[in-house]
Amino acid sequence: MSFALKQPSVLPGFGLTLGFSLFYLSLIVLIPLSGMFIKTSTLTWAQFWETVTQPRAIASYQLTFGASLIGALINGLFGSLVAWVLVRYRFPGRSFVDALVDLPFALPTAVAGIALTAIYSSNGWLGRHLEPLGIKVAFTPLGVLVALTFIGLPFVVRTVQPVLQALDKEAEEAAITLGANRWQTVRAVILPELWPAIFTGMAMAFARAVGEYGSVIFIAGNMPLKSEITPLLIMTKLEQYDYAGATALGVVMLVVSFVLSLLINLLQWWSSDRRETH
Amino acid sequence: MPADIALRAKGTTWKVSLTTEHPLVRWGFIALALGYLTLFLFIPLVAVFAEALKNGLSGYVVSFMDEDALAAIRLTLLAASLAVPLNTAFGIAIAWAVSKFEFVGKQVLITIIDIPLAVSPVIAGLIYVLLFGLQGWLGPWLSEHDIKIIFALPGIVLATLFVTVPFVARELIPFMQSQGREEEEAAITLGASGWQTFIRVTLPNIKWSLLYGVILCNARAMGEFGAVSVVSGHIRGLTNTMPLHVEILYNEYNAVAAFAVASLLTLLAIVTLAAKSIVEHKYVSVEAAEEPLKTH
Repeated sequence: MSFALKQPSVLPGFGLTLGFSLFYLSLIVLIPLSGMFIKTSTLTWAQFWETVTQPRAIASYQLTFGASLIGALINGLFGSLVAWVLVRYRFPGRSFVDALVDLPFALPTAVAGIALTAIYSSNGWLGRHLEPLGIKVAFTPLGVLVALTFIGLPFVVRTVQPVLQALDKEAEEAAITLGANRWQTVRAVILPELWPAIFTGMAMAFARAVGEYGSVIFIAGNMPLKSEITPLLIMTKLEQYDYAGATALGVVMLVVSFVLSLLINLLQWWSSDRRETH
Repeated sequence: MPADIALRAKGTTWKVSLTTEHPLVRWGFIALALGYLTLFLFIPLVAVFAEALKNGLSGYVVSFMDEDALAAIRLTLLAASLAVPLNTAFGIAIAWAVSKFEFVGKQVLITIIDIPLAVSPVIAGLIYVLLFGLQGWLGPWLSEHDIKIIFALPGIVLATLFVTVPFVARELIPFMQSQGREEEEAAITLGASGWQTFIRVTLPNIKWSLLYGVILCNARAMGEFGAVSVVSGHIRGLTNTMPLHVEILYNEYNAVAAFAVASLLTLLAIVTLAAKSIVEHKYVSVEAAEEPLKTH
């Protein structure tokens, strides 16, 4: 066992590239982020607690996390279906549809926001037909859900797709020859392989949705206590020069994000572990 | 095909594979999946162009004659032209360090690259306001020396840098790790310098992956809204990027102009998606071409 921090190599550039990378990451990411925690420490614990448990803040958490969760569940179901259809079936326009799935990654959030608002407002393409049914989407919490479902759409598809592609058809064929019907095969042979990927994708979609700002603020209506998401509340506090309040809420969100990243890493480790044991 | 053999053994003549669903179920699934994607992806995409062209082509063109719209386009191009090369240099450097060497703490480093993806864009802007804003750590010193970072170009570039840090690195790292280091080691042992090795050996191998990373980074840099919104100050014609200009126009009920500017950003997104398909296609054909060689 060697105690060297780096294994010897004939290739040059280790010091230069690692040094530059560490310097750059510290300057752009790590130092600014840690500044936020230092700023919070100027608040006493009681002040911090009061800021982050105000009714307006609590209402914003409920909306942000609730809508993100429902959005992740919708995408868990339909994302798996889309991945299944794209991998297993051949139909005209399949590669076009496959490419389109990444649209929420590539489309600026503000554009998504105004487009969804235009569609679901009372004279929009869909809003026009939903309103007579008593369903209001734009400027309600339902609008927040629509936006968060949109931006989370690619995650489950993109985590499930490679697993489905790599899946051995032999196990399915074995199940069939052993007398299982198609539904039993899907449930007992295919789905257990997919769960880790589905959960990973859902956790990613949830994490992305919790921090989302641009696509939500147009369609949400932004009424305090009703349709105001936490990132918007941070923005509002900043605009009122309440830096300490904004930072306190920011720290809450940051801690949630880190816990979610940890969870996603664990899920990914779980799914790669499963694949390797096969 | 064991299932086919089993079928033939049973004496059945139909050629349907048992590892798929009944055609009715199949088409039902396809319809359901396409319906979902139409609702959430296709309709919003079409809506952008429909709304932009509501007053015809002339109304569309007029939206770009506005001085503020042009200023926003210029600012977006300027910010991206600063942020993308910096993050590309970072992406190449860190991918080289991570993929060509074994060292302690590598996994932690790879995790740190992803932090900006986990953080809300609003927080990405907030951290720079806390550092450089008037009430921030460096605020008093900066205003004494008359240096403006927040509500000015440097703040916009910094927020954009933060948000787009991972893109090139995330494309390159897994790809360069899968490529290994034998080719570079051969070049170095044959007497090539490190720089020659990178230009002649590494770069030709990674070019498509790198190109896609740059395109992705650029798309995000030009489209970033939340982080830039916090640090920009929304000064018309001065610190408004394209996405911020879209917001202002939309809030002023100038929907056609808002969607006209938005349509440019949408075209950028479509180009990005097309680039991804092309790069993936390239790799599939490269792998297919190399496959027979590997089996020897």
